[in-house]
Amino acid sequence: MEVYDGEFISELETTARKIRLHSIKMIYHAGSGHPGGSLSCADVLAALYFHIMKHDPKRPDWPDRDRFVLSKGHAAPALYAVLAEAGYFPVEELSSLRKMGSRLQGHPCMNKTPGVEMSTGSLGHGLAAGNGMALAAKLDRKLHRIYVLCGDGEMDVGETWEAAMLASHYKLDNVTAYIDRNKLQLDGPTEKIMSLEPLADKWKAFGWHVIEINGHNMKEIIHATNEAKGVKGRPTVIICHTIKGKGVSYMEGSLHFHGKAPSKQEYEQAMKELGGDVK
Amino acid sequence: MKWKMESQRKQYGKALVELGKERGDIVVLDADLSSSTRTADFAAAFPERFFNCGIAEQNMMDTAAGFAASGKTAFVSTFAVFGTGRCYDQIRQSIAYPKLNIKIVVSHAGITVGGDGASHQIIEDIALMRVLPNMTVIVPVDSPETYRVVKSIAKSKGPCYVRIGRADVPTITDENTKFDVNQAPVMREGKDITLIGCGIMVSKCLEAAEELSKHGVDARVVNLHTIKPMDEKTIVRAARETGGVVTAEEHSVMMGMGSAVAMVLVENFHVPMKRVGIPDVFGESGACDELMEKYGLTVDNIVEAAHDVLRRKK
Repeated sequence: MEVYDGEFISELETTARKIRLHSIKMIYHAGSGHPGGSLSCADVLAALYFHIMKHDPKRPDWPDRDRFVLSKGHAAPALYAVLAEAGYFPVEELSSLRKMGSRLQGHPCMNKTPGVEMSTGSLGHGLAAGNGMALAAKLDRKLHRIYVLCGDGEMDVGETWEAAMLASHYKLDNVTAYIDRNKLQLDGPTEKIMSLEPLADKWKAFGWHVIEINGHNMKEIIHATNEAKGVKGRPTVIICHTIKGKGVSYMEGSLHFHGKAPSKQEYEQAMKELGGDVK
Repeated sequence: MKWKMESQRKQYGKALVELGKERGDIVVLDADLSSSTRTADFAAAFPERFFNCGIAEQNMMDTAAGFAASGKTAFVSTFAVFGTGRCYDQIRQSIAYPKLNIKIVVSHAGITVGGDGASHQIIEDIALMRVLPNMTVIVPVDSPETYRVVKSIAKSKGPCYVRIGRADVPTITDENTKFDVNQAPVMREGKDITLIGCGIMVSKCLEAAEELSKHGVDARVVNLHTIKPMDEKTIVRAARETGGVVTAEEHSVMMGMGSAVAMVLVENFHVPMKRVGIPDVFGESGACDELMEKYGLTVDNIVEAAHDVLRRKK
């Protein structure tokens, strides 16, 4: 494994913590939203926007930028948080989430929010959209890459597997998919609602290069992504083993906070744990 | 009346190949029906810009969205029944809502699919597509108009649904006819009643007008090729000037073109009206003509509806 400067990794971890902090604040003030799945993918988002991706917040339409598609659109708070931290729009705007007239819709809208590459929310669409972007890039002989983040619940969706087949058929080695494997979906544990295992074998059978990591370990996220960049002739999926609600003790592994805002007391405790002020 | 019978699909294929030559941003996607929809013509000419998605229409629509988000103009084709209901969520979420530049051009619409039966005869696609915000809905009247429509929509931005049939249809326009998405052409002037058709039913309206003229009835015929946005001006003017309207469509009368016209007239100029179309039932296997007769899509059906409206006018 490559050696990373400790300070650099800890900066990324700080960014991930900020994403968590913003997400909880936004959801609390909006009175609704999906904290669990926003917290579980915060580390991947921090790594993507602050290290992995080639992008320019000043030019969201730069043709050669890497693309990120949040297929699990309900983690919109985490996406907005990382976009704001990266400079796509002011951090102050985050408090407008889900409010009338806001650019920050409950689920991502590409026409409203700078930096959002695809409108998502209905599950299972993102990978296919990412494939379209990857095919377009290949057609134009562009070298930018496409990153797609899927929830593990989206593995229930038939279209996910249609897209998996297409990416492999068209040898889309410019696509990297991350699966936020937090093992909980709205109604319960994934293995109880619709069993996914052996998930890695399924992706392998579909022709993908498969890597499994701890999705909260910054070094592993970066290392796996670098490995994906080197894979030729087929797409790579990184199964990120994560904890739903990661970073807020009472939300971790809790089904209760899939799609529910914290109470005032819960919010105050979350702020304390994440090192934020209650505003 | 004697018209030449010609294929709309063939003109679609031809127009696509021309667009491919003219513009590098055109990409075409199909779902294992390219030889039927005639996107195979484009595939042969520009294999690197043609993407067969297999029998996976949902995946195809979202893949097209990715193309469009990258600046491509994506034409997406399959049979109408699979290119609407089967992937409605994808069209809604990833094409209509983000207003992406995707042209859904589907063939084998309506009951004239014939022998394949109800499973393949979609009679509700206009309804499904016209309620989607941002979606333009076009039903080309014949083969030459299909060509013009395809060339025209390639120039405009945004989502568009174009419905064509399997069967050859009467050619009632020529190369000199213009296509303007905002303008419903009057195919025949008249002052007693207006027959508004779309697609294959426009030629039947013209025949019905001819029949009505034998009874001293002077019928106007409008080709309402674009259901949305609708040329309300032409419709309201026709209602005002002729005092009665009959619509005719190869589609369910529930929420199709006729219903769209009715809504415009109810709010703007109330006249007696009758909708000719497929009743609220599924089709079945049969020859085109047999099906058209059984499901009420004949010239006689239009004439009868016109007489009913004329009676109510008095």
